[in-house]
Amino acid sequence: MLGDEAIAQAGLDAGISGMYAYPGTPSTEIMEYIQHSKQAKENKVHAKWSTNEKTSMESALGMSYAGKRALCAMKHVGLNVAADAFINAAITGVNGGLIVISADDPSMHSSQNEQDNRFYGKFAQIPILEPTNQQEAYDMIHYGFELSEEFKVPVLMRITTRLAHSRAGIETRSPRPQNQLVLPKDPMQFILLPSIARKNYRTLLGNFRSFVDASEESDFNQFIDGPDKSLGIITCGIAYNYLVENYEDQNVPYPVLKVGQYPLPRKLIEKMMNTCKEVLVIEDGYPMVEEMLKGYLGKENIRGRLDGSLPRDGELNPNLVLAAIKKEKFEIEPIPSTVANRLPAMCKGCGHIDAYLALNEALLEHGKGRVFADIGCYTLGAYEPYQAISTCVDMGASITMAKGAADAGLVPAVAVIGDSTFTHSGITGLIDAVIGKSPITIVISDNYTTGMTGGQDSAALGRIEQICEGVGVDPAHIKIFHPTPAHHDEMVALLKEELAYDGVSVIIPRRQCVQTMKDKDLAIKVKELGLNNRK
Amino acid sequence: MKSDIILSGVGGQGIISIAAAIGEAALINDLHMKQAEVHGMSQRGGAVQSTLRVSSKPIASDLIAYGAADMILSVEPMESLRYLNYLKPEGWLITNAVPFVNIDDYPNIETIYAEIRKIKNHVIIDADEIAGKVATKRASNMVMLGAATLFIDIPLESVKEGIRQIFGKKGEAMTQSNIDAMLAGREAAELYMKQNR
Ligand SMILES: Cc1ncc(C[n+]2csc(CCOP(=O)(O)OP(=O)(O)O)c2C)c(N)n1
Repeated sequence: MLGDEAIAQAGLDAGISGMYAYPGTPSTEIMEYIQHSKQAKENKVHAKWSTNEKTSMESALGMSYAGKRALCAMKHVGLNVAADAFINAAITGVNGGLIVISADDPSMHSSQNEQDNRFYGKFAQIPILEPTNQQEAYDMIHYGFELSEEFKVPVLMRITTRLAHSRAGIETRSPRPQNQLVLPKDPMQFILLPSIARKNYRTLLGNFRSFVDASEESDFNQFIDGPDKSLGIITCGIAYNYLVENYEDQNVPYPVLKVGQYPLPRKLIEKMMNTCKEVLVIEDGYPMVEEMLKGYLGKENIRGRLDGSLPRDGELNPNLVLAAIKKEKFEIEPIPSTVANRLPAMCKGCGHIDAYLALNEALLEHGKGRVFADIGCYTLGAYEPYQAISTCVDMGASITMAKGAADAGLVPAVAVIGDSTFTHSGITGLIDAVIGKSPITIVISDNYTTGMTGGQDSAALGRIEQICEGVGVDPAHIKIFHPTPAHHDEMVALLKEELAYDGVSVIIPRRQCVQTMKDKDLAIKVKELGLNNRK
Repeated sequence: MKSDIILSGVGGQGIISIAAAIGEAALINDLHMKQAEVHGMSQRGGAVQSTLRVSSKPIASDLIAYGAADMILSVEPMESLRYLNYLKPEGWLITNAVPFVNIDDYPNIETIYAEIRKIKNHVIIDADEIAGKVATKRASNMVMLGAATLFIDIPLESVKEGIRQIFGKKGEAMTQSNIDAMLAGREAAELYMKQNR
């Protein structure tokens, strides 16, 4: 099973009643596994995509309120979107067990940053689990739910791309039944009025000691002694593998503290610091543990990413770890110079391409630098031969950045956003633009799906115009288009018209994603909605 | 036994099926297996890479260390060179000869072949043509799998079984044509070895 699949199966076996998520690499396959699972269907486990990460986090918390176990998963940047709910869920606490999975992406294989979400767990002051391998991921979900219900807190599980998308054999356990529907014992628990929140917060703080104790006793934190005390090594999660990979039969000559649960196990850390001359911290992501041990004044015998023993950014690997132990530099050998770059590109026949070709032409007279794009397949319009966009920051930022730029005098300004991104977090920005009467043209490139992450359902399907009208866009300035080469000139003319309009206009190039043509469920919905009948 | 394999190609060329077939074959033989896949962004016609590790001993890392791969198995010639720094000095580079040209600056194919021939242990075969003959061109990934089986210490029968397990749902004809493609690839690699000794 993939790491993601192991987590999903563990959730089912641990008796979850629902899984809530918005797609995002490398977390997507957790939900997809549950959606295809017979076990989930038989047990009526909720497994529908949420509109964004915040709604998924809140729905999961609602399920927990009702006494049932819930799983919530997202890619690392998704937790920024869900952060308000996440941090406050630590204050309300939970009723039924709640585990939040954050799938981080060191080296940014498919993301805009490589933020380390262990910091979110620390920020929320809740326990964090970080598996070393797929089997541990499976086991940790079972343990995590027990921990969550014992202390009535949400638990964060942090995985990385490598673990999520790598396959290994998994030993599963027999399924546990779902929890009964039961309301929280304290009817005020989930009401975060200041007086109650203060009390809850003190309970959370008071529990911290118990979280540390749990870490001390946890099987997921192990002190493995070694004869050579000149160096001690602390590994976090998957970094352990990169260490032992370098030694015959995984026998490391140095004492190793393998960390898989936080808050850090204090006694084990002390043991390591007291017995070893130097300590090397190996962690994928930010130097979180290293920084904690080093302290503000920078204890000199702590090595890791901060002192240059390991690179400050990017995913780790066995070579880098070995070089750090030996205090050598590791240089990757160059590959033959004949090898050309092969960047990802929009598919042949993709509607986004036709939309960009028309947009580029319509904007010729205004010049470059006016297109605020968003996150999705259409972001690939940044590359040649289109070079059609100037920004891509976070989901939803197209409409709002175009508004800000227009406020600054950049008129016309254009936003380009996908259908799924629009419902994820474009709508609120559109309301800002409508209220501000901003002179912006918003292109909602509708391909009926969440394309970039593999073609999941789009919450926007069949309702984009209604949403736009509903939030106050003038219907005369909502235009739908069928983006094909044959309609190029028509589209250019229409875009020019709307670019000249002094107010919010919405243009919807609408054509199904070529990758989803075999999706039978989607075909039925598209037919029912009559989407392909309209031009 | 131990085989650390880097699989490479372009998004959509089917390297995951190769990995899955070997992976299944490994599990049949009670071997340990780790297989890292590529999802998301890089699938859109970009360069893709996957690692497959099979061993009689437990495997730690999902990633193969630089300079430690026993084999690079590629369904596209330029892509076979992209991960060359992972290959051991005595490792095998096994690649399809047919370029997948979806970029303007695709290099002259002869310079690519020349780079591949610099590697002591290499096999280049025209997997598309071979697949076209015994099955369909789409089965070129199975041809490459067949070529690789010469250098992986797993019984051929188990590889066939692996193919059956991943294509079984798609019917007997499909399964058999993939097995045929695999066997033809193995034969082609044998021939290549004889001719280039
Ligand atoms: C907060 C956040 N959640 C999820 C993602 C992952 N993600 C990147 S693009 C995308 C979907 C885009 O879908 P859509 O807007 O419909 O465009 P398409 O790819 O279909 O063209 C998602 C979910 C992300 N980058 N950020």
